Amino acid sequence: MEQQATISVENNVIRCRGSWTLPNLSWLERRGRALRWPDAPTVLYDAGEVTAMDTGGALILQRCIDGVRRKGQQTALQGLKPEFGELLRKIEVEWSRPEGGVEVRGVRWVESLTRIVQSRQVSVIRALAFVGESAIAFGRALIRPRSIRWRALLRIVELDGVRALPITGLLTFLVGVVIAYQGAEQLRKFGTNIFIVDLVGISLLREIAPLIVAILIAGRSGSAYAAEIGTMKVTEELDAVRTLGISPMNLLVLPRAFALVIALPLLTVYADAVGVFGGMLIALGELNVSFAEFLARFEEAVPVRHLLIGLGKAPFFAAIIALVGCYQGFQIRGGVDDVGRHTTISVVQGIFLVIVFDAICSILLNWWDL
Amino acid sequence: MLPVANIETTVIEVNHVVTKFGQAVVHEDVSLSIQRGEIFAIAGGNGCGKTTLLREIIGLITPSAGMIRILGVDSRQLEEGNGRPIHRRFGVMFQHGALFSSFTLAENVAVPLREHTTLSEALIRDIVAAKIAMVGLPPESAVKYPNELSGGMRRRAALARAIVMDPELLFLDEPTAGLDPIIAAGFDDLVLSLKSLLGLTVVMVTHDLDSLWRIANRVAVLGRGKVLGIGTMQELFRSDDPIIREYFRGPRGRAASEQAAWNHDGPHA
Repeated sequence: MEQQATISVENNVIRCRGSWTLPNLSWLERRGRALRWPDAPTVLYDAGEVTAMDTGGALILQRCIDGVRRKGQQTALQGLKPEFGELLRKIEVEWSRPEGGVEVRGVRWVESLTRIVQSRQVSVIRALAFVGESAIAFGRALIRPRSIRWRALLRIVELDGVRALPITGLLTFLVGVVIAYQGAEQLRKFGTNIFIVDLVGISLLREIAPLIVAILIAGRSGSAYAAEIGTMKVTEELDAVRTLGISPMNLLVLPRAFALVIALPLLTVYADAVGVFGGMLIALGELNVSFAEFLARFEEAVPVRHLLIGLGKAPFFAAIIALVGCYQGFQIRGGVDDVGRHTTISVVQGIFLVIVFDAICSILLNWWDL
Repeated sequence: MLPVANIETTVIEVNHVVTKFGQAVVHEDVSLSIQRGEIFAIAGGNGCGKTTLLREIIGLITPSAGMIRILGVDSRQLEEGNGRPIHRRFGVMFQHGALFSSFTLAENVAVPLREHTTLSEALIRDIVAAKIAMVGLPPESAVKYPNELSGGMRRRAALARAIVMDPELLFLDEPTAGLDPIIAAGFDDLVLSLKSLLGLTVVMVTHDLDSLWRIANRVAVLGRGKVLGIGTMQELFRSDDPIIREYFRGPRGRAASEQAAWNHDGPHA
């Protein structure tokens, strides 16, 4: 049933045969290029044996005809079935690509640099505007606590706090184990086994547990906020919310931000406990520091301020993560790849800002000798 | 493979199809057949399973029972890779266009050619430009992204992508829903002219009574999980079935039929 298509030259007559349809076009195109075109003043195209022709086939035939005409020769076409003739005529008259097609102008590097700078400026201004808006909304909500959507808030605390317990627990436990292992090697050399308590206690409580929890939540919840809000924007749900007279800030951003501000310190306390427990196990196994000795030393070696500093940073981390996630969500303009891009940005920026904030805290606290 | 060499006239056969989603029964027993070269419309109230039937025919959903043959192939074999040669022989225009948002219009239209053929880049560009012109879009729109196009333009772009392989069968899901009457009528004309030019068989799901009158050769009305009636609009208009009467003889149906009669006799008589 499959018929090949051919194009051949016989004494100033170009014969077209067979099925000029997609499966054969690639071959026809190559064949046409290899042909030696006749140079008589008038070239006849005989298409009487063309059994089928689609748009692509008509285009190729039209190209052959154009090529001959461009050399100043006359052409004549005969035998083409009327239904294909109509297609060919349309191709020739109405649907031919304008010479050179649509030009896409190249962008010079100065121009592209300017564009990047401009878009950065705009995005910085937008981000600042968003922070300002949310600060105002936050203030209003504090003045009128009834306007806070407690139901949504509690649901988010459950989703992003309670449900994150297993994974945060597992991770900080492992980090506690790792720190204790690495410390044990060194401490044993000096015979100062008991200092394992200082090492594990201070590093976990003050820095590592809050950071691990924040990074985890940025990946887990920050990205979800961006994707949720972005999808709402794409499906026009956000416009519906606005036209119903509800502020997206109140409905979407505040509950998420408040919920994380509540959940993150709680998760951090839990992570502290689990991480220190991991350290205790290794202290017992590797350094023969019993649980009782460990806990006794813990009370005197780890002042409570380390715990408070760690916990004090957590709400700020939470606010950063929630705001970055929501902000990136609002930046999504439509399009599937946009959702993916801004979700990625929300995680990267969230973690970046958390670590920058943490570094600033370390420097300031060091100045104040805390 | 060749359109002209196909002598069989029934291109789609739906045999006693039953569709259930959990407890909900969408189709109790649906049978119909579609002939080569006709414009066949599937009509019926909201939620009667029109689009579901269309999705079953093109192999996106598998019916709970019954059998669907499209171009002689069991639609259950269309899923993933197996149906590849068949997939080249039909084009689908989805209700909201389903254009790939990260591609320009021209890239969207070129996707089937790039995936299924080994044509040269120049020829692909020419075919794409011809198809874009065929559906009545200006050449400048080729470099635009879907979110820069209006609803009507997006619909045309989706049509261009559906016909880029010169398929034998064209499926249209609610082609004129949400378009203004002038653009909708233009779309009807477009379907008619493409049908005669490319020798298409068109299957469309629609609510649009005007398009039913103007371009459909035959119409199947779905309801109560069955095919309530099948035939030309004139035949259905005379039907005694209460749902069909309601559908075609309600205030809107009447207006559309009068309009159709006027177009038919009025200006020429």
